[in-house]
Amino acid sequence: MSNSPLTPGIVPARLSEASYARNFADHTPALDRHEAQVAADRCYFCHDAPCITACPTSIDIPLFIRQIATGTPEAAAATIWSQNILGGMCARVCPTETLCEEACVREAAEGKPVEIGQLQRFATDTAMAKGLHPFERAARTGKRVAVVGAGPAGLACAHRLALHGHDVVVFERRPKAGGLNEYGIASYKATGGFAQREVDWLLQIGGIEIRTGMELGRDVTLDQLKADYDAVFIGVGLAGVNALRAEGEDKAGVRDAVDFIAELRQAADLSKLPVGRDVVVIGGGMTAVDAAVQSKLLGAETVTIVYRRGQEKMSASGYEQDHAVQTGVRIIHNAAPVRVIGNGHAEGVEFAYTSDGPGGLKLSAETFTLKADQVFKAIGQTLSGTPAGLAVEGGKLAGHSGKVWVGGDCAAGGEDLTVTAVAEGRDAAEAIHAALTGA
Amino acid sequence: MANLSSNFIGIKSPNPFWLASAPPTDKKYNVERAFEAGWGGVVWKTLGSEGPPVVNVNGPRYGAIWGADRRLLGLNNIELITDRPLEVNLQEIKEVKRKWKDRALVISLMVPCDEDSWKDILSRIEDTEADGVELNFGCPHGMAERGMGSAVGQVPEYIEMVTRWVKKHSRMPCIVKLTPNITDVRKPAEAAKRGGADAVSLINTINSITSVNLDDYSPEPMIDGKGTHGGYCGPAVKPIAMNMVAEIARSADTRGLPISGIGGITTWRDAAEFMALGAGNVQVCTAAMTYGFKIVHEMISGLSQYLDDKQIGLNDLVGRAVPNVTDWQYLNLNYVAKAHINQDDCIKCGRCYAACEDTSHQAIAMSPDRVFTVKDEECVACNLCVNVCPVDDCITMVPMAKGAVDPRTGRKVGDYANWTTHPNNPSVAAE
Repeated sequence: MSNSPLTPGIVPARLSEASYARNFADHTPALDRHEAQVAADRCYFCHDAPCITACPTSIDIPLFIRQIATGTPEAAAATIWSQNILGGMCARVCPTETLCEEACVREAAEGKPVEIGQLQRFATDTAMAKGLHPFERAARTGKRVAVVGAGPAGLACAHRLALHGHDVVVFERRPKAGGLNEYGIASYKATGGFAQREVDWLLQIGGIEIRTGMELGRDVTLDQLKADYDAVFIGVGLAGVNALRAEGEDKAGVRDAVDFIAELRQAADLSKLPVGRDVVVIGGGMTAVDAAVQSKLLGAETVTIVYRRGQEKMSASGYEQDHAVQTGVRIIHNAAPVRVIGNGHAEGVEFAYTSDGPGGLKLSAETFTLKADQVFKAIGQTLSGTPAGLAVEGGKLAGHSGKVWVGGDCAAGGEDLTVTAVAEGRDAAEAIHAALTGA
Repeated sequence: MANLSSNFIGIKSPNPFWLASAPPTDKKYNVERAFEAGWGGVVWKTLGSEGPPVVNVNGPRYGAIWGADRRLLGLNNIELITDRPLEVNLQEIKEVKRKWKDRALVISLMVPCDEDSWKDILSRIEDTEADGVELNFGCPHGMAERGMGSAVGQVPEYIEMVTRWVKKHSRMPCIVKLTPNITDVRKPAEAAKRGGADAVSLINTINSITSVNLDDYSPEPMIDGKGTHGGYCGPAVKPIAMNMVAEIARSADTRGLPISGIGGITTWRDAAEFMALGAGNVQVCTAAMTYGFKIVHEMISGLSQYLDDKQIGLNDLVGRAVPNVTDWQYLNLNYVAKAHINQDDCIKCGRCYAACEDTSHQAIAMSPDRVFTVKDEECVACNLCVNVCPVDDCITMVPMAKGAVDPRTGRKVGDYANWTTHPNNPSVAAE
C-alpha cells in the first residue's frame, strides 16, 4: 500500500491487499441448503404466477422453487435452464426487485418477496457444482448458423440452435466470450470467474465453435456470413458510447465508464488498477452505479454520481441506488455537466442545476463545481458500426429480415437487460430453427 | 385475570394444564422443571411391574413430519414405559409430591393383565401420596406386543376387568387412558365407565409410520436398517383426538364421564377447544417436547384472557360446544352460504382459483389483471378457497338471508330442514 485514499491523482494501490479482497468479495453470498429451504418454504405456488409473467424469460418460478423445497435443486436448475440457459448469471445480475420479486404476491402481502434470485442461484450453482448439463443435443441437421456476438443474446441463441442439432459458429470481437457478463458487470456480482465458467458449461452442449477477435465489418462481413451460413444472428450489443457534449470532455482523466468496468473485470491484480482521489460519475443507470461503487471500493476518497434528472427517472434500480449510497457514494440529482475544468488534466467538473418540465430539461444559470481528478461518462451506450443492409429503428436494429435475425441490447424492443437478451436470443433461435426445418 | 384453578375428579391443580405421561415426566428432574415453569400437574411416565427394568432401543426413538419452515407437525415414538427401576421412581414421586403439594401428580401404570400384578403395583405406590392413577391402555408399540398397553385398550372387556381390579385394590381416583387405534372409541369408554373409572383420558398415540428412508428402504426411525410402527402425536393428531373426545362427551352412555383431553394440544386455543368439547382438563406432551416447558406461560395467559373476554369461568367452558356437535343428518340443509373475497386483503396468488377451477366447482372467476371474484351462481360454499387462501380472513363464507334466492339453485332460502325430512331421503319416501 504505497498510496492512500488521500493521494492526489489517478493512482493504484490506495488500499491494503486485504481491503481489495474484502471489497470485491461476493456481494450477495449464496444461500446454503438450510437458507434455501427456509426461503423456498415461503413460496405460495401461485396459479399462473405473476413472477413468471414478470420474468422476461418466463422461467416457471413456482415450479423450480417447489423442486428446491422438495430436495431436488438439480431438477430446479433444469426448469430454470430450459427457459434461460444463463440462469446462473441472471440469478446474480437481474434487477429482481423490479422483475420477479416485485411481482411476488408476498411483496404485496408483507413487503418481503420470496428470494427468487437467490433461490435461482442456489439451484443453478448446485447443479453446476455437480457438473450437470441436463440437455442432449438433437441429431445434427447439417444446417450452419453464424452468431455474431458472444454476449448473453448470442450465447442463448447458440445454445438453443445447437440443442436443435444445428452447427453454430460464434464470432466475437473481444478476446473472451461472455459479452457484458464478462466485461460489463460489477466484479462483486459475479466473482470467481463465474462468467467464463458459465460459458464453458454452456458449450458442453456441443456443436458451438467460438471465434474470438472477429469483429463484424472488420474481420468478417455480413454478406460473407449470409453467403456461408444458412442463417445469421446478430447480437453485437451496444459498442458505442454517448458523448457528454460538455466543454473539456477530452481532458485527461475523463473516460467511458464501460471501459473502466471492463478493465477492472479483466484486472488480475486490483491493487495495480489506478483510480482517482475524487471521482465523478455522470449518468443514472446501472453502469453509473457499477463504476461509482467500484471506484469507491478501489479506494477513491470521494465518489459522486451526478444525474441530470430526478431520482425517479434514474434507470438504476432503487436497490442499486441504495447499495451505492451504503458504499459511500453520493448521488446528486437534477444537475448536468457544463464543462470539465483543468489544465490538460481534469481537476473538477462544473454542473448547472436543471429543471425537468413539460418543455424538456432546462439548465439553470446557477452552477456548482465538484472536485474531480477522474470523470466517468455513463450516459448510455449506442449501436455502432451497423452493417449495411440492416434496418435501424430508434437507434437499434429493427428486427428479422431474410436470413438475418437480431437480438439483445442492439435490437429494438425490450429493456437492455441480460435476461431480456437471453430471451431474445433464445426466441430468435427458435425462429431460425423453424425457418431452417420448416417446423 | 381469570381463575384457572382446576378440580378434575377431585384432583386439584392451579391450572388445567398437565403434562401427559411421556418422556418429559420420566423423572424428578424434569417434573420439577415443569412445576417451576408453571405446569398444573403431571402424569408420571408409566411405571411397570417390579423386576428387571424395561429395555429401550439404543437408536432413534422418534420420527416426525414437518410443515413449512420445518415446523414440527407430527411426531411418533417407539419408546417404551419407564426404563428406570421402580424403586427409584417411587422415591422420586414421593419427594416431588411432598415438595409440590399444590400440583397434581398422577401415576401412569401398565402391568400384565392379571389381578395380582395390579394389586401389587397399587400397593407399591400407595405411600407416594400421589393424587391418582392413570391406566395406560393406550401405547400402541412395543408393550402391546407383550399383551399390555393398547392390546388391553382394544378389548373393552379387559378394560372393564382391569379397571374393576384397580378400583377394588385402591382408593385413588382412577383415569383410564384410551387408545385411538380402535373403530369406535365409545366402546372402550363405556367399558371403563362400567368398570368404575372416575375418568377417561384420550387419546393415546396413533399407530403410524412417519416416513420411509428412500435410500435404505426402511421406515423411520430406523434401527439398523429396520423400523417399526410408532405412536403418532403432535398437532397433526388434534382433529382425530377432538372427534373422539366429542363422541364420548355427547354419547348417551358416557355423557358426564369426566374426560382429560390429550392430542396435539400446542396452544391455549387448542386447550380451550378440547375443553369446549367436554374435556375437564388437558394433557400436553409434544408441544413441550418441541418448545420446552415455557409454553405453559402462553397457555395460562391465553386461556385467562379468553375467559375474561368471554366473562365465563373455567367450568363454564367445559362442554360448551358439546350440544352443537351433531350428526350429519341433523345439519340444516337450508343453510346457504357463498364465498366472498375481500379485494383489499387479496394478494392475488390465485390459489383459490386453481383449487376451485381444477378440483371443485368452477365458481371463481379470474380477470386478466388477476382480480378473483366468486360466481355465486356456481358457488356451493364448500370452503376449499377459504382453506387454501394464505391470507387469514381474506375469503369468508357469508350466509344468505332467509327468503333470498340462491342464484345457484334459483330457490329461496327456507327454514331449517334436514335430511331426515328431505324428499330425496329413501327412508322418508318409503313412509
